[in-house]
Amino acid sequence: MPTVHSVLPSLAPLLPELILGIGVLVLILYGAWRGDRSAETVSVGALVLLLVALFVVLSQPTSGRVTTLSGAFVSDAFSKVMKSLVLLGSAATILLAHDFFKRERIDRFEFPVLIVLCTIGMMVMVSANDLIALYLGLELQSLAAYVIAAFHRDNAKSTEAGLKYFVLGALSSGMLLYGASLVYGFTGTVSFPGIVSALNENAGLGIVLGIVFLAAGVCFKMSAVPFHMWTPDVYEGSPTPVTAFFATAPKMAAVAMTVRVFIGAMPDVTAIWQQIFIFVAVVSMALGSFAAIGQRSIKRLMAYSSIANIGYALIGLACGSEEGISGLVTYMIIYLAMTLGTFAIILSLRRREVMFESIEDLSGLSRTHPWLAFCLAAMMFSLAGIPPLAGFFAKFYVFAAAIKAGLVTLAVIGVVTSVVGAYYYLRLVKIMYFDEPKEPYEAMAPGLRVVLALSSVVVVLFFLLPGPLVGVAGRAARSLF
Amino acid sequence: MLGLGILSGLLIVPLCGAAFILTLKGDDASVARNSRWAALATTIVTFALSLVAWGRYDAASASFQLVESHPWLAETIRFKLGVDGFSMPLVLLTTFLMPFCIGASWTSIHVRVKEYFVAFLVLETTMIGVFESLDLLLFYLFFEAGLIPMFLIIGIWGGQRRIYASFKFFLYTLLGSVLMLLAVMAMYWQAGTTDIPTLLQYRFPVHMQTWLWLAFFASFAVKMPMWPVHTWLPDAHVEAPTAGSVVLAGILLKMGGYGFIRISLPMLPVASQDFAPLVFALSVIAIIFTSLTAMMQTDIKKLIAYSSVAHMGFVTLGLFTLNEQGIQGALFLMISHGIVAGALFLCVGVVYDRMHTREIAAYGGLVKRMPLYAVAMMVFTMANVGLPGTSGFVGEFLSMLGAFKANPNVAFFSTFGIILSAAYALWLYARVIYGKLEKPNLQGILDLDTREKIILAPLVALTIYYGVHPAPVLDVFAPSTDALMASMKAALSNTQTAAAALPIPR
Repeated sequence: MPTVHSVLPSLAPLLPELILGIGVLVLILYGAWRGDRSAETVSVGALVLLLVALFVVLSQPTSGRVTTLSGAFVSDAFSKVMKSLVLLGSAATILLAHDFFKRERIDRFEFPVLIVLCTIGMMVMVSANDLIALYLGLELQSLAAYVIAAFHRDNAKSTEAGLKYFVLGALSSGMLLYGASLVYGFTGTVSFPGIVSALNENAGLGIVLGIVFLAAGVCFKMSAVPFHMWTPDVYEGSPTPVTAFFATAPKMAAVAMTVRVFIGAMPDVTAIWQQIFIFVAVVSMALGSFAAIGQRSIKRLMAYSSIANIGYALIGLACGSEEGISGLVTYMIIYLAMTLGTFAIILSLRRREVMFESIEDLSGLSRTHPWLAFCLAAMMFSLAGIPPLAGFFAKFYVFAAAIKAGLVTLAVIGVVTSVVGAYYYLRLVKIMYFDEPKEPYEAMAPGLRVVLALSSVVVVLFFLLPGPLVGVAGRAARSLF
Repeated sequence: MLGLGILSGLLIVPLCGAAFILTLKGDDASVARNSRWAALATTIVTFALSLVAWGRYDAASASFQLVESHPWLAETIRFKLGVDGFSMPLVLLTTFLMPFCIGASWTSIHVRVKEYFVAFLVLETTMIGVFESLDLLLFYLFFEAGLIPMFLIIGIWGGQRRIYASFKFFLYTLLGSVLMLLAVMAMYWQAGTTDIPTLLQYRFPVHMQTWLWLAFFASFAVKMPMWPVHTWLPDAHVEAPTAGSVVLAGILLKMGGYGFIRISLPMLPVASQDFAPLVFALSVIAIIFTSLTAMMQTDIKKLIAYSSVAHMGFVTLGLFTLNEQGIQGALFLMISHGIVAGALFLCVGVVYDRMHTREIAAYGGLVKRMPLYAVAMMVFTMANVGLPGTSGFVGEFLSMLGAFKANPNVAFFSTFGIILSAAYALWLYARVIYGKLEKPNLQGILDLDTREKIILAPLVALTIYYGVHPAPVLDVFAPSTDALMASMKAALSNTQTAAAALPIPR
């Protein structure tokens, strides 16, 4: 086919982002016109937008690699999977948030709008093929996230969370940008394929420094140790649906971005960044597991659990191999289901306008709400990595990749910390099943039921039909190598 | 049916029963009654189905039978089931013991009855799954999945210190097993599959065998349990409800031994031979040390728990003698101990249900009021001691015979175990059953009721039957044992020739 020179770049790969972008502008106008009465409609509109975008993403071709916007934006099997996860996370957040915000009387139309804006940012991060696009996506995502962390603006903890997140987030963006500028300075290009050809094994100190700063920036966004300090406070302070959001969609995007930068742009200098991620994985797993033991608040517990989980997922990245990335993607799929399910349960611990957030409040849940307790127990055993639940397969694939890549010590540390982690997940089961019951909670909101039902099905029944999801992860990984 | 064979059926039937019990609705009393009957019916149907499987099984062949294979994780990791001479008897033991467990829980469980039976039926599926799996990952999956229902059984329906015991049980076993998972992965990358029949033919490099063996050992030694990682067992046994103890002693402990015979010995023969002295040492320590510990216990269940550890010492001893008598004896002991230890815990349950104490000192002179109970208890005590004519004797004798062939010193020291076991078991019997019936609260104690008679009678019969006529069980083991010996001999002589080619200074 002869090359057609056109003024406009090809927009087909951008279609989901465009739909969201145009749709969100319409929602803003509508909201501004109708005021806060429109919150309900805007929520539904945002949910529809996200689902339409999900549908478009899913109907994109599974194989092949398309770039557009002068090579700054790439669409492949990997972006397809990660974008679907991001969209699912965002859509679930809107479902989880609806009832909560209405009862807390902060149901403003800005929330769904910000979620959609954040989602656009995340999707750009997932598809970024140069450092500029990456940074643009990251900032769009971060700015929206800072605002929703402080969404409960009359609540001191929520405002504190927003401010803390903003200050530390700005610092980490600065580090990432500095790293990016060093990489640009020493390779002379911002495009990932360009960096691939400019880098070789004997990279200079400048590149190494750039890589370290880039890694620091992405570790902050993934909340990996040693850049995790914001996580427990922001998770605890933010309104719970926002916490659920932070624990899911932005994590997916941050991990996808990390993979794009290190696997996509620096495959030939694996030896340099591999040691960084081995270290980060080890300390994240260890800190996440040990620090969670003493927690009393479920939200803080989930914060440390998410730190530990990122550690396990990063084992996949540290392998730097196709199996590793495939394991990482599988891990993120299952992690999404486990986290959303857990937060749906946390959000349903409500009695007469009071939310309960301490682990003691789960006491005897198996008697008052047997199904809820069963689902949460399944989530906890799954997070602990006990077969036949999905979490076991998540760990299986990353550890298997580590063994293949010869990182046996890393795998051994990983399994040992997973036993430590099992202790605090079991403690929740113990409180629900072995302790005496308290007053029952109110019935679950319909949105929560949908999210919980879907995620429980994935977690509990994954072992019966693991083929499709594992196949998707495998294709995603292949598209990068 | 649906492309599923009879072995899948054995996994599915208990799950269906559990699902049915979950759907029961109504007032507490009728739900409890219906779940009891549903659970009993399910376990009996499962047992009947396993007898059908046994009918189709050809005991003269050493190959895997009733094999079925379904697509699962990947082309090389399949949902593959099958049984051979090692696993078939253990499957039967499992399905046979389960109705007794349900019967033993009939009146002693009053709270959350529905959940209790669901947990038991799920546990049954995982236990059968362990013995049926012909894929290493599937084996691991069932091996670990059993922890969840057992954790709940101990933690919800257990005794005073149930929470401590359930956590200790779960975390101890998990820590052992995760290392096995890494070994499974390493085998997968090395051999390209987790299919057990293929791996049985595969020869792993010698240096790799050492590490793999240690990783599997970590898991099986905890599960067995071997000294010094046995300390979870007495706690778990004491706190678990009666049926939980029966399952624990009767079946869960056998998973460790089964793991050795299925994986460690045939797949890692060189390492098994190298590490045999270590296993011997640990086994002898277990036999002597835990027998002495058992003697000093004041709690009946704890005493039986320590005696289980000692008996498992004979099992590991027999397995690693690497000769036919030793292995056959160990396997027979596993079956016999499953029946005898299970029955002893049932006996403890009988008096516990009446008196609500397990203290030895709280009993005495029971023979006056409970003659039938005294007879049943005596049969099982004698089998536990290893008296000729009971099933306990055959296993212990054969494994000692094997040990004598492999290493006379080991056999000499392990003989003390027999003497010590007679000491603690008879002393226990004397303190509980004999003597004067002078404790006031024992005056009104009743002998076995019909339900208890129905539960204990078949176990008494089997204990004696297998004691005088062990051939049916041994004949099932024989072809698989022969095949194992042949393949190990071939593998070992291969490495020896390889080693002989190198000049080794002596």
